[in-house]
Amino acid sequence: MRGYAGKFLDIDLSTENIAQRKFDEEILKRYVGGRGLAAKILWDRLGKTWETVDPFGPENVLTVLTGPLTGFFPGARVCVSGKSPQSNGMVGSTVGGQFGVDLKCAGYDGIIISGKASKPCYITIFDGKASIKDAGHVWGKDGKQTLRILTEEGRQELKEIFPKHGELKEPQVLYIGPAGENQTRIAAVMEKWTHAAGYGGYGGVMGSKNLKAIMAKGLGPLPEVEDIDKVSDLIDEADRKCFKAASFRRWGTGAAGYAVGAKTSSEPVRNWQEEWHDEKSFAVDKFEQKLWVKRYWADYGCPTSCLKIATPKTGEFKGCVTDNPDYELQAFLGPNLGIYKPEDNVYLASTIDDLGLCGIQGGNTMAFAAELYQRGIISKKDLGGIQLEWGNTKAFGELAEKIAKREGFGNVLAEGSYRAALELGKKKGIDLTQYAVVEKGMAIGAHGIRSGRDFASIMSYACSVQAGDHTSLPSEPTEHENSEFSTILDDSGVYCTFNTFSMNIDMIWGFFSAVTGWTDLRKDWYETNALRIVQLQRAMLLLGGPDLKWKANTDDDNPARFYEPLPSGPYKGKTVSRKLFKEQKLEYYEAVGWDKEGLPKTDVLKKLGLQDVETKLKRAGVL
Amino acid sequence: MPSKKRIWIARDFLKCSGCRKCEIACSLHHEKRIWPEASRIRVFMLVPGAEVPHLCVQCEDYPCVKACPMGALSTSRKTGAVLVNDEKCTACGVCIKACPGKIPHLHPAKKTILICDLCDGKPQCTKICQKGNWDALEETTRSSWHVYKVHARKPEEITREVVRNLYGEAGEAFI
Repeated sequence: MRGYAGKFLDIDLSTENIAQRKFDEEILKRYVGGRGLAAKILWDRLGKTWETVDPFGPENVLTVLTGPLTGFFPGARVCVSGKSPQSNGMVGSTVGGQFGVDLKCAGYDGIIISGKASKPCYITIFDGKASIKDAGHVWGKDGKQTLRILTEEGRQELKEIFPKHGELKEPQVLYIGPAGENQTRIAAVMEKWTHAAGYGGYGGVMGSKNLKAIMAKGLGPLPEVEDIDKVSDLIDEADRKCFKAASFRRWGTGAAGYAVGAKTSSEPVRNWQEEWHDEKSFAVDKFEQKLWVKRYWADYGCPTSCLKIATPKTGEFKGCVTDNPDYELQAFLGPNLGIYKPEDNVYLASTIDDLGLCGIQGGNTMAFAAELYQRGIISKKDLGGIQLEWGNTKAFGELAEKIAKREGFGNVLAEGSYRAALELGKKKGIDLTQYAVVEKGMAIGAHGIRSGRDFASIMSYACSVQAGDHTSLPSEPTEHENSEFSTILDDSGVYCTFNTFSMNIDMIWGFFSAVTGWTDLRKDWYETNALRIVQLQRAMLLLGGPDLKWKANTDDDNPARFYEPLPSGPYKGKTVSRKLFKEQKLEYYEAVGWDKEGLPKTDVLKKLGLQDVETKLKRAGVL
Repeated sequence: MPSKKRIWIARDFLKCSGCRKCEIACSLHHEKRIWPEASRIRVFMLVPGAEVPHLCVQCEDYPCVKACPMGALSTSRKTGAVLVNDEKCTACGVCIKACPGKIPHLHPAKKTILICDLCDGKPQCTKICQKGNWDALEETTRSSWHVYKVHARKPEEITREVVRNLYGEAGEAFI
């Protein structure tokens, strides 16, 4: 097998048993790695009891997986998954950095974690050897301090293990902040201060397992590939193409905080009450000139460097650091909260990152609360004295801290907008879910669908097996470079989708065959493999539970807000047509082999060899 | 005759994106593998944002060459780079101790030391860094008056200064 280290770690935190596991080549070829393989592992381990598995219970399984292309394809990432405390399905959630590379260099393609440690711990994987260590001293620490302390500790230990080696590069760390420790449903798995696997809520899953961090360091090379000269040529070619994307290289997604509001009118403004703004104070030149101290920041092997480091050097937010902020955090912690000052945006992004909250989920939840405040549904008293007015930056900072620590009203919001809406709605006797702009318990990305000018289509969030995840949206499943099946491929090969934008699909498959040597994978992928992953994820999503279950068709719908007409901007009055939405949804159902009710057809499941899925869905009363 | 125009790899830490393309290019060139710890240039990230490419500076007095008890290290007449004779090197690590920047490091799999050889005058790391317009690494002409040895420093030392430069005094808390 080429491109794979060939081994996985299987760690039970309850018994502290650390085992190694291998997968047959046929399984890897089918599911590749990352998201695809996570679907397979989770289904095999939890499928039978899925609806009773508590995402925060020791029975949940957390996977941290690389893919064969991790480290070879420009822009390395790692994919975190498990049963999601947001959607109750499974979400493949990826994060950039060198962690996946070091894991492979240490001899492992991934880590499968189950059980619950008796006290706070972290896992180290140093060149083949995995250990479980005490994390009492970093429990409660924010992101920056956690990374500082653990990096230092890891380096010390490496010096002891390899005393004669000279200076070794630092180990790579995946960690959680207080939001994960306190098992909020909207916590991310963090890397490098600002990098987050946010969708899915796996920070809370780590917290529920008393797992503060995972540290990896490998001294070995990346695994053998089929044709290293070809890989090297492809890297050169990818570089040449990505270097041409001049505006993306210069501004990354940082120009979108203004442009997606002003131009495409699809940015969340005050909890999506509007999707348009023309606040030039928030244009990218202000971020660039006032705050960026590093214009090109990149993850392993990336030619694009869409990240930029922003920090105010003076004023009250001195010392706050974040990247860009990237578009999602610009939007969700900017206009979505009525904030249009770059410094304030950096402060909130930095605060959210330090707390280990997901910027999208956190920003969405705080805006949901602010709208309730605007409408007089909750008061300053409810909020423990916080005046949650739009644009009140410090108030949102305080609220984020309360959410991460589950203090006072923060405890309600720590459940995320949707569950908070249900709980508060019950108390107040009003339907508050209309203000929760979410899809199946997950905040959607900052790309609205009403103006029709952004990339998300009107059925894409509603039909997604990843719920609100904007990075992998349903589309016609044909062999096309923009197809959903190709983003599933990215998240299963585990590399950065952004770098694929400059390439054509042949190049991506060129990487796959040069690394793995599998020349027939391409055909299988679009005909069966990707579809199989979709069906597994769909099955887990529909089984749901234990707290919430989704009904196919009925719950495959857009947030209520998207049926309100846009109140402002160049697309004022535009909204989503329910008739058109229904038509497109049925077309998608048909394309992926679901019946008119959105249920996987039994013959499709059989053809994909998923008879056990059919059996389970029937037994659970879903089919 | 040593060439009059020797090159030197100038480094601008503030411009390093941390993409590690230099490591990839270096290890592909020398090892035919992508191998972060076998790269002669390695980018340390002890604090995010403060990425530090770490590689030999070719000190004027070559303390590593002088210290080697096996006579395994020599200097290239053409480039001035430190050359390692893998046959003679026993991986004893004396050169690491002698280096003011602790730059040499053991090969992870072979019994030898890794030191930048300037790719015999055509460094692969600067090539990719320049192609990408990052300019963190730049091939310059070595000057006769500049003291290059001052650049041989440990990653921690460089990091401390870069952090302060990037983040101001607030950066003290990150180190």
